[in-house]
Amino acid sequence: MTKQYETVIGLEVHVELATKTKIFCGCSTAFGGAPNTHTCPVCTGMPGSLPVLNKQVVEYAMAVGLAANCRITQVCKFDRKNYFYPDNPQNYQISQLYLPIARDGFVEIEIGDTKKKIGIHEMHMEEDAGKLIHDEWDDTSLVDYNRSGVPLIEIVSEPDMRSAEEVMAYLEKLRLIIQYLGASDCKLQEGSMRADVNLSVREVGTTELGTRTEMKNLNSFKAISRAIEGERARQIELLEEGKAVIQETRRWDDNKEYSYAMRSKEDAQDYRYFPEPDLAPIVISDEWIARMKEQQPELRTEKLERYKSEFKIPEYDAGIITESKHMADLFEATTAICGKPKKVSNWLMGETLRLMKERDVEADALKFSPENLAKLVELTEAGTINSSVAKEVFEQVFAENVDPDKYVEEHGLKTVNDDGALQEVIAKVIAENPKAAAEFKGGKEKAIGALVGQTMKAMQGKANPAKVNEMLRAALK
Amino acid sequence: MANIISDETIEYVGILAKLELSGEEKENAKQDMEKMLDYIDTLNELDTAGIEPMSHVFPVQNVFREDVVTNGDGHEETLKNAPLQKDNSFEVPKTIG
Repeated sequence: MTKQYETVIGLEVHVELATKTKIFCGCSTAFGGAPNTHTCPVCTGMPGSLPVLNKQVVEYAMAVGLAANCRITQVCKFDRKNYFYPDNPQNYQISQLYLPIARDGFVEIEIGDTKKKIGIHEMHMEEDAGKLIHDEWDDTSLVDYNRSGVPLIEIVSEPDMRSAEEVMAYLEKLRLIIQYLGASDCKLQEGSMRADVNLSVREVGTTELGTRTEMKNLNSFKAISRAIEGERARQIELLEEGKAVIQETRRWDDNKEYSYAMRSKEDAQDYRYFPEPDLAPIVISDEWIARMKEQQPELRTEKLERYKSEFKIPEYDAGIITESKHMADLFEATTAICGKPKKVSNWLMGETLRLMKERDVEADALKFSPENLAKLVELTEAGTINSSVAKEVFEQVFAENVDPDKYVEEHGLKTVNDDGALQEVIAKVIAENPKAAAEFKGGKEKAIGALVGQTMKAMQGKANPAKVNEMLRAALK
Repeated sequence: MANIISDETIEYVGILAKLELSGEEKENAKQDMEKMLDYIDTLNELDTAGIEPMSHVFPVQNVFREDVVTNGDGHEETLKNAPLQKDNSFEVPKTIG
């Protein structure tokens, strides 16, 4: 009796490009400047100002387009999208409608063992808007145009996704491609990657698409997931009640876990696009495309394979290390210095992941340098410090990027390799723990543990436990 | 005049342009727009089959700048144009969204 429904999802993903300057002027894109300090007549839409396109924006957009298997539009241009809102000082956004930079691509996602292609309808370049801060007390809003004119690419997928899980896999795939290209840091929380979700439902078995809604204001993976579940349920409920879904833009409220219709009929979306007369067309030659293809850095999938074959890193470990471009870079740079890939991988997979989890640190936010991790690997390998001291030092490297050589020196953490000194301590420990010594001699193997512990304690941890063990055994023979 | 702008259309265009027009202004605007559309009709009489749409008036392409910061702190210049300002920002009537 109950009908089965299928969710059909397409995504519009906005990505802030990692350029130093804005798309049409020489203002800085640095995050966090005091309000309006990164502004000029161009990005505040002053009459008579002339936008000039940042070449790096075109190259980043091409790089992403090519990596997502798109066809590059070799004659492309900008259009004006007209809308009135205080975040947009020109009253139009410079974007691309008629000839977007890239079209007809796809990325491949994996869910378990199943691979699926998600089509990319098109990708276009545009400028970001300013930021509004709403004053809770006054009845006013404050406008900061630092973000106005920051370059974006918008990636429009085909309606090829069927579940929140597929959406997550698609976003993750885009993030990895774009980060590896260096085109953006793709941080959802900081807004450098934003996704709008177009969603409709239909009865399983039907081929016609249902009426879709567009959801905005999704700024974390969890929010996207919840919004998909919430909107799916809302639409199914409407259909079950015999009501129609209305095509509209809705705003997701993640606290209330519900979406609200955003625009009234009075505010009908009528953008009246027309060609941007202030910007010259862009003509992209075959040579330029070939050059961009040549310059394409190693992407995640290739890197993962190489780690397995070149460094003999297990698939699981290579997968985790390459999940963040930053961590992969750390791994390679550290390995290049110390030449011990397996040891470096162990530090990343072990202590690094443990501390990241404990302290809620993202892989992209790791701040220790390859030089310092390499020094720690070498100190440990050379036996200068023992493994428990190494973990202690690593915590400092992880938190403060301290220089392990200096830290070990300053805190006197070097393993004592003076056999004479160790011999004396061992003799003393045996004398002070006659019971344990007798037990061990009597064949109770475990008793050695207590003696090793006492010796390590007397040595303030600065001895090699294996060596202590060996010398104790010799002394107790 | 061949083209007629309806009351509904002028109302809608007014909403899009955020303009409140008086009755007389609406009538004038309607006439202006009708004339514009008539002119477009005249242009449409030309046979443009096989002609590439022109997207720019000058025969120039690929006008780029390099990705180098050339502008410094512009907040004073920018805010000179603000009718109201607060905390280095433009102050506007409360907007939701």
